[in-house]
Amino acid sequence: MAKLKVEDLKRIKESLKGTVNLRQGDYRVKVTVHMGTCGIAAGARGLMTALLDKLEKSGATDIILTSSGCAGLCNHEPMITVEEKDSAPVKYVKLDPDKVARIFDEHVLGGHPIADYALSIGSETTY
Amino acid sequence: MQDLSLHILDIAENGIRAGATLVEIAITEDIDRDLLRITIRDNGRGMNGEMLQKATDPFVTTRTTRRVGMGLPLLKQAAEETGGDLRIASELGKGTEVIATFKESHIDRRPLGDMAATLTTLIMGNPNLDVVYTSNLRPEPIEVDTRSIRQELDGTIEINDPAVIRLIQGLFIKRQD
Repeated sequence: MAKLKVEDLKRIKESLKGTVNLRQGDYRVKVTVHMGTCGIAAGARGLMTALLDKLEKSGATDIILTSSGCAGLCNHEPMITVEEKDSAPVKYVKLDPDKVARIFDEHVLGGHPIADYALSIGSETTY
Repeated sequence: MQDLSLHILDIAENGIRAGATLVEIAITEDIDRDLLRITIRDNGRGMNGEMLQKATDPFVTTRTTRRVGMGLPLLKQAAEETGGDLRIASELGKGTEVIATFKESHIDRRPLGDMAATLTTLIMGNPNLDVVYTSNLRPEPIEVDTRSIRQELDGTIEINDPAVIRLIQGLFIKRQD
């Protein structure tokens, strides 16, 4: 039976001790992957995997990666929404893992939205 | 949907949208009867009798963002294509249980796919949700219970921390099917 070992969890607890973790609370940027039937069928899970890779490599603790349901724009899937605190959310459409990697570098980390991939800027919020 | 793990993610998301705090996913293989069974149970708000009857109708959905609901009908079709079936039980206020049964060796039975990605996507996207996953598939049974992981982490780090997600992914060995 493959199960998580208590020692492994203890080990990461030790190694991450002292790092500030904001993933549950306050954040600078929230990235939402739209995970409805339409999104999943179009490749949303692959975006989540790609974003997790980027998040891990960046070491950032002020970025929340989350998922939501269908936004009603099924023909534009897979989509993500990037919300920087105190600025308008940007909805990105028809994505693939390479595009989200670029969005992560330039928008999430760099603060510069990529207009080419965006559906619209500032149309709605998720909170 | 390309594989069964994507269907599982989709049905589990239904439970989450229905307010579930716990989603249990079980994959059981019955080699003697050549069956593969997927059970997805949530403790969300459940459905009444009328909605339950209509649940596999693609033109019925509780969403307001669009007028079709394809998740359950697609899974039903995937199961029936192999000579299997889809059963749904639900109780208002208690939750919903979806059981999809497949004839495992059937040529139209889609591969299971990347369950590690499905599970970690659920956990990443919904850090307050508890997920229990069990499988008795060869070569090694797997059990993941975020309730016990959470208890062990003791609030020091969150369950959706990449380090924890990687540990969970490490439990899955790529299965050839």
